[in-house]
Amino acid sequence: MTKALIIDDEPLARMVVLEYIQQFPQIEVLQECNDGFEGLKAIQQHQPDLVFLDVQMPKINGFEMLELVENQPSVIFTTAFDEYAIKAFETHAVDYLLKPFSKERFNKAIEKYLAQAATSTTPAEPKETEKLLEYAAQSPAQHERIVVKTGTKVKIIPVADVQYLQADDDYVSVFTQEGSYLKNKTMSFFEQTLDPRQFVRVHRSYMVSVPEITRIDPYEKDSHLAILKSGAKIPVSKTGYVKLKQVLGI
Amino acid sequence: MALQTYIIHSFGFEWYTAAFDGIVSSILLSAACWLINNNLRYYQPGKGNYTNILIWCVALAAICMAGSRYILPFINRGDQVYVNFMSQSMVIRFFTSFLAIGWMAMISMIWYGQQDQKENERRKSEAEKLARDAELYNLRQQLQPHFLFNSLNSINALIGFKPDEARKMIHQLSDFLRGTLKKDDQQQVPLTEELQHLNLYLEIEKVRFGHRLQTEISCDENCGEAILPALMLQPLVENAIKFGLYDTTEAVTVSIRAEMEGSYLVIMVQNPYDPKTSRPRQGTGFGLSGVQRRLYLLYARNDLMETHANDNIFTTIIKIPQL
Repeated sequence: MTKALIIDDEPLARMVVLEYIQQFPQIEVLQECNDGFEGLKAIQQHQPDLVFLDVQMPKINGFEMLELVENQPSVIFTTAFDEYAIKAFETHAVDYLLKPFSKERFNKAIEKYLAQAATSTTPAEPKETEKLLEYAAQSPAQHERIVVKTGTKVKIIPVADVQYLQADDDYVSVFTQEGSYLKNKTMSFFEQTLDPRQFVRVHRSYMVSVPEITRIDPYEKDSHLAILKSGAKIPVSKTGYVKLKQVLGI
Repeated sequence: MALQTYIIHSFGFEWYTAAFDGIVSSILLSAACWLINNNLRYYQPGKGNYTNILIWCVALAAICMAGSRYILPFINRGDQVYVNFMSQSMVIRFFTSFLAIGWMAMISMIWYGQQDQKENERRKSEAEKLARDAELYNLRQQLQPHFLFNSLNSINALIGFKPDEARKMIHQLSDFLRGTLKKDDQQQVPLTEELQHLNLYLEIEKVRFGHRLQTEISCDENCGEAILPALMLQPLVENAIKFGLYDTTEAVTVSIRAEMEGSYLVIMVQNPYDPKTSRPRQGTGFGLSGVQRRLYLLYARNDLMETHANDNIFTTIIKIPQL
């Protein structure tokens, strides 16, 4: 038996998937979810094998939700969205269905999933999903906010509220006025996705929001310290100082 | 010519000599004038670049003078008095020619300059009109493919178990699309017509999100006939739906209220929003800046639209002058 979830903010859109999936008695839909938050909870609760996921949803989109999931299930995207993501879907998701889709097209996607599930014990290729998310990270929404999980809650941090980022083993700490949040990503991921005019990698382990800097003091030989409005002192390496000067135009 | 003939005659020369002198000088002078005029027709000196013209005038005057000097004595061969007179009058001849040519140059410069300016202005206003049309067209053409495809998907769902509703939605969607396509930007429509069009859009969104979208539309009796540019409200309401409905998870109410305020039709659109996740105050958003731009292009005013965000309610107000 395959356990499946449908995550879409439009009831009629979920209905289409429900109707089409009736031909596959081996797939059981455990729950329908209205948005990413519900979806996240349901995924943790049910540990499904397959998720039908809409991309554009309130608050956090389908990609952002997936980022927060630990054991990623196989995903079939259902979307009316046809911009940048198509390429990513083609290479890295089980399949993607462009709304409105036909029953034949839907069947093809399911067959593709079943074939993948049959040949491997872990149908979801975590690496593929990661790559997909990297592509998705280039979407405009992800330049404006960072979605993190604190305990069981999802926190959406507008990029403008971020003071600096600090590398922390396999994680990155995101510092804001309200505190810091851990995100399961690397520094280079943020270097690629955040606006380079706002965020500068000033050190191997630090990225700083340029508008937050109040002054830059010389520190030991060849290095500097950036003092932020919050009072935080961020080490600036020699190369980091060069980059910072470029952005500041000095 | 007659003047010159008379003057030379008055110096005591025969009529025949005087007339001939006058004719030759005049022909030379006309040729010079024609030359400079023609020259200026195709070549307009840049501002402050009048030295060239001056040099031209001096040169042409010198040529006229030299022409008179060498042609005229041929006729009156041996008339020593006339030859002397020629040499003595060279300076005055030169200055007369110079003044005449310079005057001609000035007149042509002003004339052709004006001609050029008129042409430029005509071109400029034409280009401006074209640009404006194109811009208005683009601002109007913001039909969201996302909306269209999701609506088609909803219809797809309804066909399965509520075919009557599916049919109704197809009609609503067709009417809405037709309304979007057929309208001309310059066209002014009565408010009631615009509201009808909006209603089609909102009805479709209600089918998609029926469980959580509510709308309140109120319109004072006296403003139903008020006119506004076609499709002016559409982007405002789309914006309200985008932040109020697409980006929230609870039930929402989008309200539209129209009233007359003096000679203005005032329309207010309100929607709830979540300040934590959406930031409509960052600029005015693409849809809204488009409306502002359009109002500016149509009325040359920037104060016809305002937005407020407080208590999780986003308000957009536009004023349409009634002519």
